[in-house]
Amino acid sequence: MITVNGEPLDWKPGMTVQDVLDAKRYTFRMIGVWINDRPIPKNEFSTTEVPDGAVVQAVHMVSGG
Amino acid sequence: MEKMKVLAEWTYTPAPIERGYTRKTLYVNVGEPRMEIKDVSQDMIDTFTGGRGFDLKLLWDAVKDTTKWNDPENEIVLSGGPLCGITQYPGAGKCYAAFISPLSGQTYDSNSGGYWGPLSKFSGFDAVEIQGKAEKDIILFINGDEGKIQILESNLKDLNAYAVTETLHEYFGVDEADKRNISVISTGKAAETSYYGCMNMSFYDTRRKVARLKQAGRGGGGTIMRDKKIAAMVVKFSKMGGNLNNVVDLDTLQKVGVKLHKEIHDLDDVQCKMRKVGTAHLNEIMDEYHLLPTNNYKFGQNPAEIAKIHSAVYERLFTQGIPDGCWYGCSMSCAKAVDGFTVQTGPCKGEKVTVDGPEYETVAALGSNIGVYDPLWTIEANFYADHYGMDTISLGTAIAFVCECYELGLINKNDTNGLDLKFGNKDDIMELIHRMVAGKDEFASMVAKGIRYMKKAFAEKFKADARTMEAIGMEGQGVETSEYVPKESIAQWGGYYLTLKGPQHDEAWLIFMDMVNKQLPTFEDKAEALHYFPNFRTWFSLVGLCKLPWNDVEPANNRIVNEPREAAKVPEHVQNYVDIFNAVTGKGIRKEDIITMSEKVYNFQRVFQVRMKQGEAFHNIPLRALGPVFPDEWEARREYYDGKLREIGIDPSGLSTDEKIKKLQEYRLGMWEGLKMAVYKRRGWNKKGIPTLETLKRLGIDYPDVVAVVEKYSRPEDNFE
Repeated sequence: MITVNGEPLDWKPGMTVQDVLDAKRYTFRMIGVWINDRPIPKNEFSTTEVPDGAVVQAVHMVSGG
Repeated sequence: MEKMKVLAEWTYTPAPIERGYTRKTLYVNVGEPRMEIKDVSQDMIDTFTGGRGFDLKLLWDAVKDTTKWNDPENEIVLSGGPLCGITQYPGAGKCYAAFISPLSGQTYDSNSGGYWGPLSKFSGFDAVEIQGKAEKDIILFINGDEGKIQILESNLKDLNAYAVTETLHEYFGVDEADKRNISVISTGKAAETSYYGCMNMSFYDTRRKVARLKQAGRGGGGTIMRDKKIAAMVVKFSKMGGNLNNVVDLDTLQKVGVKLHKEIHDLDDVQCKMRKVGTAHLNEIMDEYHLLPTNNYKFGQNPAEIAKIHSAVYERLFTQGIPDGCWYGCSMSCAKAVDGFTVQTGPCKGEKVTVDGPEYETVAALGSNIGVYDPLWTIEANFYADHYGMDTISLGTAIAFVCECYELGLINKNDTNGLDLKFGNKDDIMELIHRMVAGKDEFASMVAKGIRYMKKAFAEKFKADARTMEAIGMEGQGVETSEYVPKESIAQWGGYYLTLKGPQHDEAWLIFMDMVNKQLPTFEDKAEALHYFPNFRTWFSLVGLCKLPWNDVEPANNRIVNEPREAAKVPEHVQNYVDIFNAVTGKGIRKEDIITMSEKVYNFQRVFQVRMKQGEAFHNIPLRALGPVFPDEWEARREYYDGKLREIGIDPSGLSTDEKIKKLQEYRLGMWEGLKMAVYKRRGWNKKGIPTLETLKRLGIDYPDVVAVVEKYSRPEDNFE
């Protein structure tokens, strides 16, 4: 189990940052991700694995208007 | 066009610009007629900065406590601000308008791109103040080249915006190239009936060879223009240059500008795609997150139809490959347009036109919110709203309210004078828009006056149920809600309904921070955000900048070098603003000063609202903004809403949907009151939302007439302990 923005999410071995975003249906282009307070560059979302028990913050930047 | 008759004329010597200021404002009374050039004091600069701040100070001095929107002393005040007109940094052509609004009866501020702001400053004025009422249709002409102000008798045959603008660029330009030195403010015939008449501010697109329209759409500025019998306001200035603001540090200004230009060039295509689709990039995103208003905000998405209005569809409709900046030097270039559009209905039927937009707000307002998923129809509705002089947001939200009233049976086909106004019935909805122009159709005229007016009129005339309309009428302080579903973000309740002027997203857009990121868990966190962001965003309106380059692009390392909550503020861009403000004015402000500069104007404007509402400047919120009102809204997201009840300790099993709705509403109304008190306290206001004397003193806005308003309406029992 991991938490994403404070909510629990089932963890699977090999789960990447991109898998987490897909599971949460986070499709916004301007998202910053931190795993246990460590920032993950966007170009590493598909290759960075999320460890079991991780605290993930997927921060949507504001835009528009 | 025949030469127009000069009704009044004055000459003046344009004041030189130093460090972004001319230190002069222009006053014109179109009724008497009279012209006056006023000095700008150092205290006015220090307290009100410019732009909206100058607008509000001049308006405050011009009106009485009892002034109504259609009294002659009401004004339209226009100002860019000290950074307005720079060409080195993107988004520096904004102009801000302030007036007493027909919708709310209090001040409204509305902004637009286009060339009016810069050209009026280059013509010698930090602000332009229009008062009085003319007897017949007139055109106000500021000739910055010759130092001449004229009031001309209009001989325009068509008072609708595209016709007015095209004609006047032609009339005042000596040749094709000269058209770019002109900006026209127009509205349209519907603004004579509507309370949400918009002001269109033009710039001439030399590549397309057409006049383009940007809108100070909201609040009813166009309505006031027509009430004053102003057909158009025109400014002309031909001696364009790269440093007309006579800045202190051009080198820094250029360096900071180049940095952002590079950022936009390198990153926009992978971030917001502003250069390709403008704000319409939000269409499918808002749908995905249940934020796209659908059928009068009943729902937040429509998975079956969203593909039809996906940004990719608009990307194909917008002309690509032409830089679409609405002022020199704006590489963000988001003023998208549809060229060669063939109009299908109304007086322009069959004509090929260039339509500005639609932006996201219009796609939602004149699209999903009224059940229409036809981009070509939305483009046509956008065209006519601009042409007739109506704000697309208020128009769409008002029609959405009408459609729901119609489907609920609160009004019927007899009441609508034969129109079948179901959601999505686009032919009849378009006919309704056309009927708003003449002012002869009583029902269309009601719709044109907005939701607050309709709620009363429908109850009185059609015996429609007032409580239901109160619940579903999406207005705050008399102004229609803009196009985001706020139900599931407590902070956004405040972002919309604890604002100075009503639910418009230019104060604070906190939905992602609050609802998705979960960065604002407590009332205090939300209140802090509802202090910081409205004040930060107010600053753009003081200096003459567009908000979009702040956070519709961000440095590549923004989310690497900043912790999550800081990253949302885009600290590098905030520093850019400090640097360019100092480079223009030489003032030497720090980051923290941005908030204080804004707070002065923000609190002044709040006192202004209290003054105009005789102490009753209340913040209302419709039940629809707090959550589901009808069972179908609940059932569309049953699992989600049942979960919301469980979160607050209520077991939904065994409850009917109506009972569940009632329980959630009761809880959320309590949350709304809690939020309101936390926000008022953080802003330094009392429990009635009136700034305290301590707040006025802290900000240095304790002028005797401001203090007098606060003292008149504040009671000791309303103070926080």
